[in-house]
Amino acid sequence: MPDILAARSQMGMSLAFHIIFAVIGIGLPALMVIAEYRWRRTGDAVYLELAKRWSRGAAILFAVGAVSGTVLSFELGLLWPEFMKQAGPIIGMPFSLEGFAFFTEAIFLGIYLYGWDRISARAHVIAGIVVAVSGAVSGIFVVIANAWMNTPRGFTLVDGRFTNIDPLAAMMTPAAFPQTLHMTLAAYAATGFAVAGIHAAMLLRDPKNAFHRHAFAIAILVGAPAALIQPLSGDISARYVAAQQPVKLASMEGDFVTMRGAPLRIGGIPNEDEGRTNYSIEIPKGLSFLATHDVNAEIKGLNDFPRDVWPPVAIVHIAFQVMVALGSFMALVSLLVLVMLWRKRDVTSMRWLMTAIVLAAPMGFICIEAGWTVTEVGRQPWVIYGILRTADAVTPMPGLIVPFLAFTTLYIFLGVIVVWLLYKQVMRSPSERDLLSMQAGTA
Amino acid sequence: MTITPAVAIAGIVMVALTFYVLFAGADFGGGVWDFLASGPRKKDQRDVISHALAPIWEANHVWLILVIVLLFMCFPTVFSTIVIVLHIPLTLMLFGIVLRGSAFIFRSYGSTRDAAQQWWGRVFAIASIVTPVFIGMCVGAIAKGIAWGSYPASFGNPTHLPFVSDFILPWLTWFGFGVGLMALALFSYLAAVYLTVETEGTPLQEDFRTRALWAAAAVFVIAFGVLALSWSAAPMVRRALMGGSWALPFHIVTGIAAVIAIAALWTRRYRLARAAAAAQVTFILWGWAAAQYPFLLPPSLTIEGAAAPMRTLVLALWALAAGACVLFPSLYYLFRIFKMQKRT
Ligand code: HDD
Ligand code: HEM
Ligand code: HEM
Repeated sequence: MPDILAARSQMGMSLAFHIIFAVIGIGLPALMVIAEYRWRRTGDAVYLELAKRWSRGAAILFAVGAVSGTVLSFELGLLWPEFMKQAGPIIGMPFSLEGFAFFTEAIFLGIYLYGWDRISARAHVIAGIVVAVSGAVSGIFVVIANAWMNTPRGFTLVDGRFTNIDPLAAMMTPAAFPQTLHMTLAAYAATGFAVAGIHAAMLLRDPKNAFHRHAFAIAILVGAPAALIQPLSGDISARYVAAQQPVKLASMEGDFVTMRGAPLRIGGIPNEDEGRTNYSIEIPKGLSFLATHDVNAEIKGLNDFPRDVWPPVAIVHIAFQVMVALGSFMALVSLLVLVMLWRKRDVTSMRWLMTAIVLAAPMGFICIEAGWTVTEVGRQPWVIYGILRTADAVTPMPGLIVPFLAFTTLYIFLGVIVVWLLYKQVMRSPSERDLLSMQAGTA
Repeated sequence: MTITPAVAIAGIVMVALTFYVLFAGADFGGGVWDFLASGPRKKDQRDVISHALAPIWEANHVWLILVIVLLFMCFPTVFSTIVIVLHIPLTLMLFGIVLRGSAFIFRSYGSTRDAAQQWWGRVFAIASIVTPVFIGMCVGAIAKGIAWGSYPASFGNPTHLPFVSDFILPWLTWFGFGVGLMALALFSYLAAVYLTVETEGTPLQEDFRTRALWAAAAVFVIAFGVLALSWSAAPMVRRALMGGSWALPFHIVTGIAAVIAIAALWTRRYRLARAAAAAQVTFILWGWAAAQYPFLLPPSLTIEGAAAPMRTLVLALWALAAGACVLFPSLYYLFRIFKMQKRT
């Protein structure tokens, strides 16, 4: 494996691993605090049990998130020293603000997890809220750094060097708003649906279990609104991509030929050598409309760009299709759930809807991996779009396949253990008798 | 020495590194004492270490991230040189950090079966011993001086490189190994001293007192060893430590702190011992920094020479000021809850 490929694989693998924990680090504290708040308000001990179980899960997931995030901070340099040397002074700002968000998050997580008996009820709930907010804020800052890689701003380029740099202007880059909005919603949608799906599966077998009913209700109320508006936010993203990164847009769509009133392609397999996308369903003028909100707008095809700035088209196209397909399914399910709730129907008794939610449980995470593949692979061959090529940023260190394989093995091993522990710790459902004694205990 | 923004930020990097050593360093040290737990109260020793670490280790660990972020934001060439030349020890250190953090949490939240817990305990303890050695080796390499000459200013992927001289020799030296051992000894020393305070009023206190005294002895011996090795390995640091105008007062204050710490341990005044040990370690770190001044990364990158453009530095200072307003009250709150109240 050539070093550049090993470096790219290691970066992608590490990020794909970290993002799972990061997303849960944003979503789960919200669930945990809502459960605790409900317990403080209603005195129903089932909520307390829920908050405690979720926080046990959070402790495990946060630890793995923290260590894999530390690895990433180093990897940015270990793998791409030239990128960091040039970009550090420009995008260091969001990273350093993120550092303080991490501090806040880690500090209050410690207080939340281990402070149940040491601080007042109010202080404890507030600590949980701080964890939830600082988690979201750290995600926002790091995504701003990534947005700059897509739409670099805040400098003048003289002989390939950044001069006259302005880190604040760099943070206001056009991709920042669409990406941070889409990512933050994604975190709530994915965590909410994953948790709701797990408890929905339990409820299908044991419909009266109060523990799962409470858990399900909280999780779906976090997940469904986010998943419902995610396509709108995705549309904002698509329009910024259309404006700023036409090659990426053409790859997402598998669009080789420039035309007015371009069709929207659903599915299909792009063939770079033949210069066309086979087996897709085409919706006339759909793409022009979605990308610019004008049915006759001209959309540039890949053939208008030199081959050496094409990303791997098939990967980007397929990843995008996966995100949109699964995202649409989640949005549809969310719409149904919210309509049912609004009409005061008991969602948990509708087996078809509950089954759909179980199916949607992993979809948010799949969308996130797919969406990041679109963003990152679609940016290739650039690490800083239009300015620095990935191949020119890589470390001169040879033999990069060794750390790539080592970290991959380590992460697979950790992943397996985390799943096993969560399964044992959090998911084992309390029996009816446990629940009754819990409720009796506080009543 | 004038305080320019670059010097101020270099100072803050050192402050962050000091906090990392004083807090996270002691967390590593806790792992060492977990490994060396012995005697009739073996299990209690492990439990108290685990309780002491649990609420704070993640926060402590963020100091390292702050160091990294400040380096790449404000001293990008220093950062890129370090990550290129020290790729191997840094990767090994990261492995240690990952294994230690996850093993710790897997042990606390894992299965209650003894065998599994013991296994994670082992991983945690061994990773706690190995990681500081690699941290120290990186520090040793920096003190000795590293450069990345053959890496062209205009990029391009150099193909054939003399691998060993570029990526191994800079850090795999006796001096580097000595600094690695020094880090391990200092971390263990701090942990043992802190644990004497944590175990106030229990028989465990005596256990950790003995350990702290042994660790102090180890620090003393290794420090002389490292100084001797620096003779040829890190002449710049050695010259400054032996002859600089501030060298004598510096050795005196470090020595005084060390003597107070040991005397306080001896006479069982543990809170004083804790303060003095922390001061001693702080002086050692700042002695190294002062010996290198004005170089951030010898032999060629000075603080001013490697600094990012002024606008970045000024913004970094603002971000740090704003961050500090959030950070220090929160940290105070955390430590007040878990470290200043009596154990219930
Ligand atoms: C729960 C997760 C989730 C769901 C349901 C969706 N997405 Fe998404 N999408 C992401 C999670 C995500 C992401 C992983 O979070 C990305 C990667 C980078 C980013 O900012 O968000 C992303 C990126 C991303 C991009 C690329 C932005 C860039 O390159 O910077 C576009 C155009 C869309 N999305 C569009 C959509 C559309 C039209 C959706 C309609 C259903 C959709 N997404 C659902
Ligand atoms: C967590 C979600 C993310 C995922 C899943 C992800 C995924 C990936 C993947 C798959 C690659 C390899 C692309 C290729 O070589 O084809 C990559 C590269 C990279 N990503 Fe991301 N990424 C994420 C977020 C970020 C963020 C937030 C940053 C920076 C702030 C970032 C910085 C980079 C860099 C520097 C590279 C290497 C250079 C390159 O290949 O362009 N990524 N990422
Ligand atoms: C290049 C990319 C990235 C780097 C360098 C990075 C770095 C880090 C670091 C160092 C931590 C540990 C903080 C601690 O010790 O508590 C962390 C945790 C976290 N990261 Fe990332 N991260 C990256 C990508 C992302 C992305 C794309 C997101 C999400 C949107 C994200 C969100 C988070 C969150 C929420 C946490 C805290 C939760 C947890 O610990 O699980 N990160 N990250």
